[in-house]
Amino acid sequence: MRGLFVTVFLLLNLTAAAPAAEVPKRGGILTYLIPADGGPSLDGHREATYAVLHATAPFYSTLIRVNPDNPASATDFICDLCTEMPVPTDNGLTFTFKIRTGVKFHDGTPLDAHDVAVSWRRVVFPPPGVTSARRTNFLMVDKIEDPDDTTVIFRLKFPTLSFVPALANPWSYIYSAKILDKDQHYYERNIMGSGPFKFDSMEVGQSMTGVRNPDYYFPGQPYLDGFHAIFAPKQQTRVDAIRADRASNEFRAESPAARDQLLKDLGDKITVQESDWNCGNVLTPNHKRKPFDDVRVRKALFMAIDQWNGAKALSKIAIVKTVGGIVFPGSPLAATHDELITMPGFGTDIEKSRAEARRLLKEAGAEGLSFEMLNRNVDQPYVIVGTWLVDEFRKIGVTVTQKIVPTGPWLENMRAGDFSVALEANCQDIVNPIADTGRYLPHELYSENFAYHDDPKQVEIYNKMVQETDPIKVRVLMREYEKQVLEVGAHQLPVTWWYRILPMRSYVKGWKISSSHYLNQNLANIWLDK
Amino acid sequence: MSVTVFDPDALDLRPSVWSRSLRFCRRQPLGTFGLALVLIIAVTGIFAEALAPYNPTANDFAAMTEAPSLDHWLGTDQFGRDLLSRIIFGARTALIVGLSSAFVGGSSGLVLGVASAYIGGTIDMLMQRVFDIVMAFPLIILALAIVSIFGTGVQNVIIAITIPLIPRCARVVRSAALVIREVPYVDAARACGFSAWRIILRHMVPNVMAPFLIMVTAFVGQAILAEASLSYLGLGVQEPVPAWGLMLQGGAEEYASTAPWIAIFPGVAIMLSVLGINLFGDALRDTLDPKLRDR
Amino acid sequence: MYQYILKRVLLTIPTLLGAAALVFLLMRLIPGDICLVRLGGGGSSFDPRALANCHAEIGIDRPFIVQFLEFIWGAIRLDFGTSMWSGKPVIVEIAARLPVSLEIAVLATVVAVSIAIPLGTISALKQNSWLDVVVRVFAIGGIATPSFWIGIVSILLVLDISGWITGTPWMPPIDYVPFWKNPIANLSMVALPAITVGYRYAAVSMRMTRSAMLEVMKEDYIRTARAKGLINKLIINRHALKNALLPIVTLIGIEFAFLIGGLVVTEQVFNLNGVGRLFVQAVQNQDYTLTQALVMLTVAVFVFTNLAVDLLYAWLDPRIRFN
Repeated sequence: MRGLFVTVFLLLNLTAAAPAAEVPKRGGILTYLIPADGGPSLDGHREATYAVLHATAPFYSTLIRVNPDNPASATDFICDLCTEMPVPTDNGLTFTFKIRTGVKFHDGTPLDAHDVAVSWRRVVFPPPGVTSARRTNFLMVDKIEDPDDTTVIFRLKFPTLSFVPALANPWSYIYSAKILDKDQHYYERNIMGSGPFKFDSMEVGQSMTGVRNPDYYFPGQPYLDGFHAIFAPKQQTRVDAIRADRASNEFRAESPAARDQLLKDLGDKITVQESDWNCGNVLTPNHKRKPFDDVRVRKALFMAIDQWNGAKALSKIAIVKTVGGIVFPGSPLAATHDELITMPGFGTDIEKSRAEARRLLKEAGAEGLSFEMLNRNVDQPYVIVGTWLVDEFRKIGVTVTQKIVPTGPWLENMRAGDFSVALEANCQDIVNPIADTGRYLPHELYSENFAYHDDPKQVEIYNKMVQETDPIKVRVLMREYEKQVLEVGAHQLPVTWWYRILPMRSYVKGWKISSSHYLNQNLANIWLDK
Repeated sequence: MSVTVFDPDALDLRPSVWSRSLRFCRRQPLGTFGLALVLIIAVTGIFAEALAPYNPTANDFAAMTEAPSLDHWLGTDQFGRDLLSRIIFGARTALIVGLSSAFVGGSSGLVLGVASAYIGGTIDMLMQRVFDIVMAFPLIILALAIVSIFGTGVQNVIIAITIPLIPRCARVVRSAALVIREVPYVDAARACGFSAWRIILRHMVPNVMAPFLIMVTAFVGQAILAEASLSYLGLGVQEPVPAWGLMLQGGAEEYASTAPWIAIFPGVAIMLSVLGINLFGDALRDTLDPKLRDR
Repeated sequence: MYQYILKRVLLTIPTLLGAAALVFLLMRLIPGDICLVRLGGGGSSFDPRALANCHAEIGIDRPFIVQFLEFIWGAIRLDFGTSMWSGKPVIVEIAARLPVSLEIAVLATVVAVSIAIPLGTISALKQNSWLDVVVRVFAIGGIATPSFWIGIVSILLVLDISGWITGTPWMPPIDYVPFWKNPIANLSMVALPAITVGYRYAAVSMRMTRSAMLEVMKEDYIRTARAKGLINKLIINRHALKNALLPIVTLIGIEFAFLIGGLVVTEQVFNLNGVGRLFVQAVQNQDYTLTQALVMLTVAVFVFTNLAVDLLYAWLDPRIRFN
């Protein structure tokens, strides 16, 4: 644990020391697009779609957050409402946060430690009738206390490296305890935060508008006078709108084709930021269904895929780019190239591995296999990746058709085990490899693992890894765990990690890309150079 | 509409097939042009394997979004697949979707419409209510339900497109059949003790053939367009199946200004085929509809 | 006549009820539900307890029959409850989207009528001339081209042409402004979609006008009028067009009801926050209450337009009501 915090502080110092290249200008309205239809409720605690986050994050404060000036780092967390990142005590079991004084909600009522504790208890221990989407990320938390107006204490059941990153998730808005006391559902339909922007107006299904909060606790921020966010689910509309300067950007990701077109049309009026993305597709065979119960068949499927050349080509047409194992490729816990290429599905000599795949299929009596691959009706990148895979399987004599359905049926078919092979997604906010790789655990332990496999050894390694606090030992355990998932069991295969491409009008300054479209969305540090 | 009554057994066109066809071509140049378009598409679809220069579903990452050239006459799409080959195989998908939806929808409508008219009374009333419900019901819900439950195979798309066609045909056929029901010879047939099915199939159905054929022809075009719209909403035929509507979705829009051939050629294919079918259908109507025949 | 009207009005009840049952059943046959979409759509992990909570909260864990009766009872009182997705009353959700859809529908009708009636009439009068051929091909072209394709191409053309002329590409605003707030922005926004939808609509109406005119022109009284030496223009205006108008009006009425369906795709292309797009959202999110309300709205518009047309016919042609 201590090792992690040393790095955190080092990074903090580094960014603090870096000279500001340009002096931010005050004023202006940022008009950006949200690549989705209007979200469901406005309550960050209960919702899980970026459509909600991109529209509401500017109104709220959180306890801690990723460093907005260095959001790409997976370890650089800083205080938002607290005054100092705590050093854990009690063998890593107790985290004591000091809360800022003088912070006010937009209605003028003061915000203190009680509001923070009540909001966090709502996330970690939701009262009856309250939905908390990410409760299971906080199973290590035993108690949340607020002994006085400026102190919040988190007490853990066991020490773990995955707690602080989980705490920095962008969804855990700090709500007013007084309002929650009266109505736990208030925040589903209303906005009342303490963030850099105040709620101005909202057009149902169309847009969200915010104005500058003059009482924001970071001096000088926010730089903008306000923002106007427009829901635009269609990519072509967004590209056209940026081209005609009806909007300056969006904050999720655009396709490579969109980037190329904007650069071609607008030249240096467009600035592009790109980053590896803590999201990827996962190919999941249903182990309960023949012949995918046979490890040889699963391995053969994985070995048919030429990830290295495929990813290179797909990066020209889809929001994918980097080949990686089960850990986010940018993380220190991720497998290196050399560690990766020994595993099925990652070989560099594709002819050899396809020959081996054919041999395995023959041995398993599954020659001329044909099946239906379940996929989601979202083009970028699900359908594109799926279409690529179909052709890869053809090359080992396996005939695949795609069953492409909307989100609901896609999830339900996987949950009901009603599929042969599925193309899943794995999308997380803060890079938190130990927590993130939990998704590869068997269904009994991780309810959204749809491979329906059994692997006691895998579970054993994982449990050891969660409770290990020495980063070097964690890395060794992670390799063992990965090998168990990809090679020994061939349970599931990560295919091409996603890649964030954000073309923005060049006058938008101050915002930095990160590995997740959920992070760094409060817009406080954005300014317009117009 | 006036009623031409004839004995189906005497329906022998052999001696005059050629002269009739020639007359059709002479009188209906637009219709002939339409027919020619339809025939070209049909031949393309049937002999797709022989005609297509490439495998329509094989990716070629060395040739992504290439402009039309000698190697790829119509260029390639974002997966490097040959557009000409995909359009040729797409003709087959269009034919399958168009013809089977139109035929199944039309003939179910024909049988139901005639039966409804013949039986009359409460059953007729009930059937009409069912037709109303299906006609008023938004296609997208039906399509989404079918696709979500059974998946997006070509056959499921056909089902989704066919269902709304049935009542539309049934309604028209029913009103035509109602007129015929009153004609004395149907009464006579009933008096002779012929079974209901015999009367329906042997006497009533042949007499509503004209409006039926006109409708079915129109349905083919509508089905091809419906497939395109469903594909646009992500509810149609799915990748990597070569289908024109699907080719217009996603990639086409994304590359509309950087690689316009991806959007243009499938659009033209849809337009030409539906145009051909409609031109032919109009001419057919003019020829078959006795009221318009003299014009 | 009153008896006929009463009978026809009563006959709409089974249709509406049947449609209600159908949408209720179909929506629940689709695997998965709105809570799954809401919690799992992002691809991150979520708490299974949150799922159960969500089910209980919106009441989809109750027996189907209870849910169905609630829906029907609500529909009778024109109360469709709250959207399962946003938690807002369904009526608010629809009301927010109705203006843009209605505006486009009305404008498309204007476009259609002002193209269809003159061109269709000319085409009929100059039957088989080159003009007729051109008009007919133009009309069939409108039917043969997927409207979303026209939409996509037209936006690109506007961007390219404006960029070429002024140096900076221009496109209409992408969020809806009501007409009374900013008429220019409003019209520039709805013009392209209205033309896109209107073209197909015009094509259908034009063909109808042509054949109705042809039919009427053959009628004896027109021949008589011609024999009497009345000049052609007068015949067309006074006699022919007036009598041909009935089937044309019918078609326009019915097509108007179908427009909601046509708007589904068009609103998607132009990023318009209308009823058609709401429809797609509601269905994809598996928002039962909202979908049910929208289907009932569509079906009701369809049924009542048909009813109006039938009554109009019966009023004009007494033979129908006694049949």
